[in-house]
Amino acid sequence: MVAQNIFFFVIAAAIVYSGLRVVTSPNVVHAALHLVVVLAAVAAQYILLAAEFVAATQVLVYIGAIVVLFLFGIMLTRAKIGRDQDLTHQGWIGGAVTALVLFGVMAYALLDEYGWSETPVPADPRIASVNGSNTATVSDSIFSAYLVPFEAVSVLLLAALVGAIVLARKD
Amino acid sequence: MDDLLLNQFLLLGAVLFCLGVYGVIARRNAVLVLMSIELILNAVNINLIAFGAMHGSVAGSVFALFVIAIAAAEVGVGLAIVLLIYRNRRSVDLDDMAEMKG
Repeated sequence: MVAQNIFFFVIAAAIVYSGLRVVTSPNVVHAALHLVVVLAAVAAQYILLAAEFVAATQVLVYIGAIVVLFLFGIMLTRAKIGRDQDLTHQGWIGGAVTALVLFGVMAYALLDEYGWSETPVPADPRIASVNGSNTATVSDSIFSAYLVPFEAVSVLLLAALVGAIVLARKD
Repeated sequence: MDDLLLNQFLLLGAVLFCLGVYGVIARRNAVLVLMSIELILNAVNINLIAFGAMHGSVAGSVFALFVIAIAAAEVGVGLAIVLLIYRNRRSVDLDDMAEMKG
């Protein structure tokens, strides 16, 4: 358990540092590469929470597809590859104040509701597993209880695909 | 404190969410704003998985998967829109797009 906690804080530090770099870096490509670090570290947190299928999906979909889309977007909009001072708005200080106040409110509410000693995550949160793994349970659940939302997401992905092609193609 | 606590995941999610909110407000490049939205969606996913682990339920993982699928759709359409704006105006600076301002 102590090892899990050490890993949690190391990964959390990576998430916070790289997340800060994503929103403050003066270089668009560096921001995208720091986003890769954030996404990989979030996948590691999923593994700490014994959600290995979601972690694999995170790596495949986010790092494999979405970040590549972002890099294509950066390339096609011909953003400056080097440093660019104009990336941050003049009124960034208002954004910083908003984010800090929001974090204060959320941290107060969370500490008030859950505290530090209550509601530990179970030592082995493996859920009534079928073959000793979480993945089988997740897939059983998707194709039984959550079948209708799953099909709706499929249709949504198709619609988004068609919409993106229609928007981006040159006439 | 030698157990994984629910609250440390929730607070990490809160930090990531606020970083995303800051990025959405402070960035001028439309692609960077989309990246900040990804940070916000990841914060939500951390919360969903942490609550799912706490309740011993698989619903958190299922909803996180749905969020990932919807994030993929959102980025596809969002980048198509950004590309269209770039093609029409030669710029993706959000400050230049103020026609709807009252």
